Amino acid sequence: MSASKHYPNALNENASSSTDSHERADIPSVSRRIFLATVSATSLVLMGKSMVGGGAALANAGLADPEKFAPDFFVSIAPDGTVTCLAHRSEMGTGIRTSLPRVVADELEADWARVKIQQAIGDKRLGDQNTDGSNSIRFFFRRMRVAGATARTMLERAAAAKWGVPASECYAENHQIKHKSNGKSIGFGELVESARKLDVPKESELKLKPRAKWRFIGKDVPITDLNDIVTGKAIFGIDARMDNQLFAVIARPPVVGGKVKTLDASEAKKMVGVVDVVELPAFQGAPLFQQLGGVAVLANSTWAAWKGRDALKITWEDGENATYDSEVFTKQLKATAQKPGLVLRSVGNATEVISKSMNIVSADYSVPHLAHAPMETTCAVADVKTDATGKVTSCHVLAATQNPQAVQQAVGPALGMPQDDVLVNVTLLGSGFGRKSKPDYCVEAALLSRKMGRPVHVTWTREDDLNHDYYHAISAVHCEASMNDSGVPSAWLQRAVYPTIGSTFVAGASTPAPWEAEMGLTDLPYDIPNLSLEVGEAKAHVRIGWLRSVCHIQQNFAVCSFADELAHHAKRDPFEFLLELLGKDRKLDMVAAKLANRDAPMDEYPYDIARLKNVLRRAAEKADWKRTKAMPKGRGLGIACSRSFLGYTGHVIEVEVAKDGKLSIPKVWVSIDAGIIVSPDRVRAQIEGASIMATSQALFGKLSFKNGRAVESNFDSYVVAKMKDGPREINVDIVPSEAPPAGVGETGVASFAPALCNAIFAATGKRIRDLPLSGHDLSWA
Amino acid sequence: MPTIKVNGKSYELKDVPLDTPLLWFLRDHLGMTGTKYGCGVSECGACTVHLNGAAVQSCVTTLEEVGESEVTTIEGLSDDGSHPVQKAWKDLNVPQCGYCQVGQIMMAAAMLKSNGNPTDEQIETEMWNICRCGTYPRIRDAVKAAAKEMSR
Repeated sequence: MSASKHYPNALNENASSSTDSHERADIPSVSRRIFLATVSATSLVLMGKSMVGGGAALANAGLADPEKFAPDFFVSIAPDGTVTCLAHRSEMGTGIRTSLPRVVADELEADWARVKIQQAIGDKRLGDQNTDGSNSIRFFFRRMRVAGATARTMLERAAAAKWGVPASECYAENHQIKHKSNGKSIGFGELVESARKLDVPKESELKLKPRAKWRFIGKDVPITDLNDIVTGKAIFGIDARMDNQLFAVIARPPVVGGKVKTLDASEAKKMVGVVDVVELPAFQGAPLFQQLGGVAVLANSTWAAWKGRDALKITWEDGENATYDSEVFTKQLKATAQKPGLVLRSVGNATEVISKSMNIVSADYSVPHLAHAPMETTCAVADVKTDATGKVTSCHVLAATQNPQAVQQAVGPALGMPQDDVLVNVTLLGSGFGRKSKPDYCVEAALLSRKMGRPVHVTWTREDDLNHDYYHAISAVHCEASMNDSGVPSAWLQRAVYPTIGSTFVAGASTPAPWEAEMGLTDLPYDIPNLSLEVGEAKAHVRIGWLRSVCHIQQNFAVCSFADELAHHAKRDPFEFLLELLGKDRKLDMVAAKLANRDAPMDEYPYDIARLKNVLRRAAEKADWKRTKAMPKGRGLGIACSRSFLGYTGHVIEVEVAKDGKLSIPKVWVSIDAGIIVSPDRVRAQIEGASIMATSQALFGKLSFKNGRAVESNFDSYVVAKMKDGPREINVDIVPSEAPPAGVGETGVASFAPALCNAIFAATGKRIRDLPLSGHDLSWA
Repeated sequence: MPTIKVNGKSYELKDVPLDTPLLWFLRDHLGMTGTKYGCGVSECGACTVHLNGAAVQSCVTTLEEVGESEVTTIEGLSDDGSHPVQKAWKDLNVPQCGYCQVGQIMMAAAMLKSNGNPTDEQIETEMWNICRCGTYPRIRDAVKAAAKEMSR
């Protein structure tokens, strides 16, 4: 998160006052070029396409290639003119492996057809590589522009020297440097040798392109992996191969914190293809990203390992979470939510105003545990080498990971080696949604490889994925409001209770953290004179993790549903009522509200009520909201809006509910304002996808526990939306903006489920307060 | 020695139990990793291949069940992504993460072979593959675009 603190002034086109961003700060500028050449020769090794088909052949990025001009980590140019951009964020479907290089190429004035993209290893010198939190463009938009402008400026200087003219008379255009008046031009490749010898300019010497001259930013291009994907050539974590690798499938303790009591592996060892059976130690202390423990079967194919696992005879010692029952737990959460909690944000005196009111509305909402269920389960292959004494000498991990640096941080200590020495290559990710930024599966592969003295590939089965996830928190949210005589709230109290993500990192942590509460609770945008926004204690009995949209899932479900409930209580139009709740155009006072704003500078990323109202209005307008009054029973529109991950969305959803209760979603309108957009079509795609994922969560999302064990174990029981379930039409409206880039991927989820449930209320009069919808009878007469 | 025919080529089944699902034989024995694992119980369609031209889920189809049938995988659909379904997928920028798309493409290609002009409802019924990124609206459009192209 700290990277955002260093986010330089994104709108300053001239960059004249900016200092080097942190990603460059530890590199001495005088000798940066030489330094780069040195480090890249030793460790900045990258994964090339050559890994396809076996033997993780590693290609050097070319940064250390003496033939190339490499003024920056993120860009190099070969004598033939080929530009190579380094993609240091993970590709899990957002298009980031294309979008950030597009920014570099735009500043460089490169010809996109001559740009190659290489995936970076985990290396903290590249800056933040944790591809979640909808952060990639926000953190690195400017950094990529600087990389491109650095290379361009040096090429201009090299051409100027060659022609004996001032550099100010030279400019870059489409892979060439040209002279303003004498008609001369020269290709990038021809300047490589001389540009290499120049000093790298300071960031303050660079002139970034004005917005009017952007050629790629804001323009669509197919993602770089498109053809590989549709031909099956794309390599994901499950496809990663190293020479002589074994395949592992692991039986993990069914209850978190459990361990093996007895093991009989005799049958498993006799199975065709099985090579060995290895016990993994249970984790110590908080779960962190440690292995869960259990018993691994190693074999010459995934299937042989899987069959071997089926043949294991294990009894488990379940430990203290053995009695966890999520249904009982939801009742406990709801009970806790009735009692005064820890007040995180208070305005006026909500409790007193409510206690004196004669017109009180209250409601309780709940959301069950959810699983990430990425389409590709978690998979990694590791090759650990040891010396004669058993000391680890090297470790190479090849994985579908959202965060290669987290892999280093988890695997290093697990093997007793310096984390910086763990070499991590990143494959494509068969989606992630937050699951793949938690590299427990990489630790498993590394521990098994050390034991076997060979590379080991670990595949999680779908059952493993659903039974051993870092689950989205189970939750209850209590809302209470007093209404004044003009039908608006005089006080609003909201209390959220759920196990904190912090419990995964600190054993016993049981209070939602301020940064979690800030996702839809303490950042309440409504203009109400008395507020009490509180959290309550809840102990975690499973590993809790962040899932796309995180605490917005339960907190925005409550806040956006309750606003709709109040509108109906006051017999007001929900859209008009919501606009009134949001109040005057203003910036929310985040200092007074003690909000961290995801560590983003408040001046660049204010909580702008005008922008929130704008997306709400636009969505209502596109959906022709005024139709709502004339709709027959069984048909309805629902509306909601949110600011999440610094982006703003307004949702209007149209539903049809048949008399027998069958729900369909003919149309969805989403307006999103996420500041400057690099790849509009990928924003559209992510908002379409967010609508489908939120449909899954709202309609079916429920992962239950009995006796500490996950109940649902595959897609037949943990149901997710299929084409027939999802909205038939999703209209995405991207608000044109000059504001610095904000989040997109998670932003589209936050207010979808409440808008959907608000639409169901409009259609049927049935208010859904406990998700998922599959537990409710929506029929009407 | 039993053999299996994949993409027009015969492979001997050496040291491979015949109850092995086709999926894992393709991936781990033949190194054809284009076909994906998603659930193992025929719920998600990620592993869809063609058996004598019809879509089947390779995760629940054993080598014994394949027998003499001709298996076609994504590697055999086209060399270069030129099949009309693949082209439509590219034209509409369908994939996000891309993991399920091979199964989606194989499903769509098989469907369009037997029904060249599917209705929206037929597409929704036949294309039951799971996509967690949520590319369904574009898949629907791409299937229609491919149908149009194939009927020309």
